[in-house]
Amino acid sequence: MIEARLKVATCSLAGCFGCHMSLLDLDERLFDLAERVELDRSPLTDIKELGECDIGLIEGGVCNAENVHVLMEFRARCKTLIAIGACALNGGIPAMRNQFALKDCLEESYLRGMGLVDPQIPNDPEIPLLLAQVHPVHEVVKIDYFLPGCPPSADTIWTFVSQLLSGQSAVLSYTQIHYD
Amino acid sequence: MSEQPHFTLDGRRVPFADGQTLMTAALEAGIYIPHLCFNPEFAPHGSCRVCLVKVNGRVQAACTTPAAAGLTVQSEIEELREMRRGILQMLFVEGNHVCPACEKSGACQLQAVAYYVGMLAPHYTHFYPRRPVDASHPEAVLDFNRCILCELCVRASRDVDGKNVFAVQGRGIQARLVVNTPSGQLGATPFSIDDKAAQVCPTGTILLKHRGYETPIGQRLYDRKPISMVGDVAQLPESRGGRRHD
Repeated sequence: MIEARLKVATCSLAGCFGCHMSLLDLDERLFDLAERVELDRSPLTDIKELGECDIGLIEGGVCNAENVHVLMEFRARCKTLIAIGACALNGGIPAMRNQFALKDCLEESYLRGMGLVDPQIPNDPEIPLLLAQVHPVHEVVKIDYFLPGCPPSADTIWTFVSQLLSGQSAVLSYTQIHYD
Repeated sequence: MSEQPHFTLDGRRVPFADGQTLMTAALEAGIYIPHLCFNPEFAPHGSCRVCLVKVNGRVQAACTTPAAAGLTVQSEIEELREMRRGILQMLFVEGNHVCPACEKSGACQLQAVAYYVGMLAPHYTHFYPRRPVDASHPEAVLDFNRCILCELCVRASRDVDGKNVFAVQGRGIQARLVVNTPSGQLGATPFSIDDKAAQVCPTGTILLKHRGYETPIGQRLYDRKPISMVGDVAQLPESRGGRRHD
C-alpha cells in the first residue's frame, strides 16, 4: 500500500529566497523527498491558494501587511509550522532597516536615490503597506520548530526534514547549526 | 603531607589552590564552563551570568564563587543549560546581532556560546535598539549594536593599557558602552589596535579595519568545532596578520 504523502507548503516573506535555493540544493535527494511529500502552495509550484497542510516552511521575516496575512494563514492551515533561516528567526538583514524611521527609508530610496526621474514614493493600493518595523515570525504566530542559518545548508534541511518526516525528534550536529 | 583540597564538578574531582574561583580551577583542570564576561587575565566581573553553576544546590556564578573543599558543583545539567539559553536569548534580543552581516561571525564568542548551549532561536521579542556605529578611528570600528556590556574592553583599557578609553554609562536598561572623550568618538582617543582592549571583545563590537573577511566564513574558529574544544578567541595566540579572531 502506498502511504499518503504529507502535504507541505512553503513561502518566502521578507527573505531573499536563499533558503528556498538551499532547499533546491538537496539535488537528487529531492526525488526521495518528492516520494514522501506533496507540495501545496509554494514558490516552486506557483499554487496561489493554501490548502490544509501537514507542514509549513516559512522563510523570511514579516515586513508588510501581506506578510502578516500569509503567515497567519499558514499558521491556521499547517499542523506544524517551521521557521527557516535568519530572517524568519530574528528579522535578519531586512530588519536592519529598524534602525531608521520607515519614512526616512522610503525617502532615501525613492526621493533621494541616484538617477531618479520624477521621484515619488509608490502608493498604489495593490502594493502591501510596509510595517513600521520588520519582525521575526515568532512575534506574530506560534512557531513549532526553528532552523537557523543564512541559509541553513541543504544538509541541515535534509537532516531536519527527514527526522521530522520519520517522526524522530530533531537532532542536528554542531556543524549543522550556524547563524550565518 | 596533606592532600590538595578539591571540589567535585559534575562528579569529577577538581583540585584547587588558595584564592582560585570555581571557574579558574575548572579551567586549569581542562573543564569548560561557558562564559562571556570572564577572561582569566582579568579580575572576574560576574555580570553576564552565563557561567551559572549549582553549588551545593544553589545557583551561583562560577567566575566569582571562591573554590572551597568539599563543594558539590553541577554545570552540565539541563536545568542550567536552559537558564544559560535564556540568558543568551536575552542578550541576542537586547542588541542587534545580525550574524549574516557581521565580520566577526564564526569567530564570535557570543555566537559560539549560543551554539554551545543549544540556542536555535532568540525566543523573546526583539528590542531593535537604535545604537550608533563609530568609524572615526582610522584602524578600528566600534559597533555598539553588538555590545553585551561585559566590560572587558573597559577593564583592559583601564588596567592593562592605562588609557581608560572605555566606560559604561547609565544604569539598568539604559546602561551603554561609551568612549571617554568629550566628543564620544574613538578617533579622538589614544586607542591603538595594539592595545589589550582591542583584543578582548567577545562579540563584534570592536573590529579592526582593513582586514575584512581575511578568513572566509566556514573556515573560522568556531565553524567546525565548539568553543568547549577550541577555547576563547581572546585567549588564542595571535595568528598571522596580528589578528586574534580567525
